[in-house]
Amino acid sequence: MRARGVAVKVDTRTVAVCAGLLVALAAIALLTITSVGARLTVAGAIEAAGGGGTLRERFVLTELRLPRLVLGALVGAAFALGGAVFQSLSRNPLGSPDIIGFTTGASSGALAAILLFGAGPTGIAAGAIAGGLAAAGVVYGLASLRGGGMTRIILIGIGVSAMLLAVNNFLISRARLDAAVAAAAWLTGTLNGRGWDQVLLVVAVLVVVGPVLLSYGRRLQLLELGDEVARGVGVRVGAVRLRLVLLAVAAVAVATAAAGPVAFISLAAPQIARRLTGSAPLQLLPSALTGAVLVLAGDFAAQWLFAPAQLPVGVVTGAVGGGYLAWLLSREWRKGRTA
Amino acid sequence: MTSRRTIGLIIAVVALAAAAMLSLALGTKSIPAGTILDALRPGALPGPGQAEDFQIVRDLRVPRTVLGLVAGLALGLAGGVMQALTRNPLADPGILGINAGAAAAVVLAIRFLGVGSVTGYIWFAFGGAAAAFTVVYFLGTRGRSGASPQRLALAGAAVGAALLSVTNAVALLDVSTFDRYRLWVVGSLAGGDLDVAASAGWFVAAGALLALALGRPLNALALGADSAQALGAHVGRTRLLTAVAITVLCGAATAAIGPVAFLGLAVPHAARAFVGPDQRWLLPYCAVLAPVVLLVADVVGRLVVRPGELEAGLVTALIGAPVFLAIVLRRRIGHL
Repeated sequence: MRARGVAVKVDTRTVAVCAGLLVALAAIALLTITSVGARLTVAGAIEAAGGGGTLRERFVLTELRLPRLVLGALVGAAFALGGAVFQSLSRNPLGSPDIIGFTTGASSGALAAILLFGAGPTGIAAGAIAGGLAAAGVVYGLASLRGGGMTRIILIGIGVSAMLLAVNNFLISRARLDAAVAAAAWLTGTLNGRGWDQVLLVVAVLVVVGPVLLSYGRRLQLLELGDEVARGVGVRVGAVRLRLVLLAVAAVAVATAAAGPVAFISLAAPQIARRLTGSAPLQLLPSALTGAVLVLAGDFAAQWLFAPAQLPVGVVTGAVGGGYLAWLLSREWRKGRTA
Repeated sequence: MTSRRTIGLIIAVVALAAAAMLSLALGTKSIPAGTILDALRPGALPGPGQAEDFQIVRDLRVPRTVLGLVAGLALGLAGGVMQALTRNPLADPGILGINAGAAAAVVLAIRFLGVGSVTGYIWFAFGGAAAAFTVVYFLGTRGRSGASPQRLALAGAAVGAALLSVTNAVALLDVSTFDRYRLWVVGSLAGGDLDVAASAGWFVAAGALLALALGRPLNALALGADSAQALGAHVGRTRLLTAVAITVLCGAATAAIGPVAFLGLAVPHAARAFVGPDQRWLLPYCAVLAPVVLLVADVVGRLVVRPGELEAGLVTALIGAPVFLAIVLRRRIGHL
């Protein structure tokens, strides 16, 4: 009975946090619609949403704002889900796809597809997924040569990323200027010029991956407590872990393919969600909602701060996220904890 | 032992001369050795049909060779003193985010202050490099258990990522800035001129003298701050002067040829394998061997995809990253 009481208590706070995050999402969306680019009034937006209003209002809402907002939220959720699974399985806040080379590999793959083969959206997605898997494979393969756990994986990730960065810079320096600008914006992670096509792509994958991942949430928390604990309560550790990794990779890959590698969402969202909910194990749903809020807030800041220029959202998340990572590291180290 | 080191250093200097010669002699266009020697004589006039060859040697190959010497020396020495100061085998101007700091400052200066020449933005490169190094150093060394190689590398990755975002933001705001930025960020010796090499060269010379003079105090520091203090070394002063040397060397090299990674990492390791940990020998070796590697990387880049070129920065990354990975794989690694 007591255990059940605790569970209910945790759930109350989590539910409250999730509700708060949803309210925040709606608020940022409204703010974006009313104060960025071709602004709409609140009344105009509501009318246009109901099929009324002027042609211009309907166009701005359904073709410009909505796809961008929906895509931003989905991409943020996907990055955060992938990051939460990776961090949970590695029991390390740094075990996110940003750090272990997956994201840089996906960038190289997509760049090669854009600049060398002139690929369209499907080709870019395929290139990103192939590149990400290849880089992650190399990092894990090298790490498994020597063991040494997460620290070695992270350091190998830094080395592989630095080399791929040189390759990316080289590819960009050789492309035609317009293609290079587009590629560089993509590399930073951007929602500019995205439409319902990309939304459909992400929805198609997340509809499958999201619910399955959420249904694994409990087992993920048990795994985070340790393999023995999980095995003790009947979790088939090896099989569950493999499935979780594949699902997480799919989520991050499809988000990368749609919007580019938006920096640091995978790393920061699960950590922020953990602090909001005050729960020790990572929780997937709050993480996903936090990721959505972070991307939409970053995109709003990128459009609003530098208007009329349309900066990629990744610029904002990269600058803020890099600072956040530095703060996180210094905090953990000051406590003398091992991060 | 000493005579072995002396002979090794002489061989390294000979190798440097050979690399410089190769850099003058080899390129997209084959030019006869006699013509190259004629072109190098100041005041010599081209014979019939030699005008183009003279121009290539004097305006293209000489400047890029001098740039390679200056920037290579700077990055090699910077890597050497950095590894000594942080007692960290993973220290490198690229890995620790220092080049990213210089790059961000340079791009900001180009975009918002309209600074166009290397003599102008070299000061911003110093400022950016100093700021980045300060932040990474304090971030990586605070806390109870002090600095560890892993922490510094991670702090460098975090700060570098944030700075890269700033650089990208500025570069993407304006197409013409972006166009110049993308050619510079690869790290190329081509396209520079002797003025660039000269203005960077003075700073590199000053930084190099300072770095080489720090060999003995850095040796003491290698024993740990407490032991160094007991031996009568000025720990605080040594650290400060080393930081100044690193800033000047990295800033000047980055302003001159762009952010070249891994050169400052790989060369000190190769040198240490030969001369051992004595900084008084190690640092001169770094200063001589790094330009050899950079010049050879540049020549290789010129030859492998003829008539195109691969930038020296790409070639050093492709050579240097495996060295970094090998170190990571060989070392025993504790917790972060």
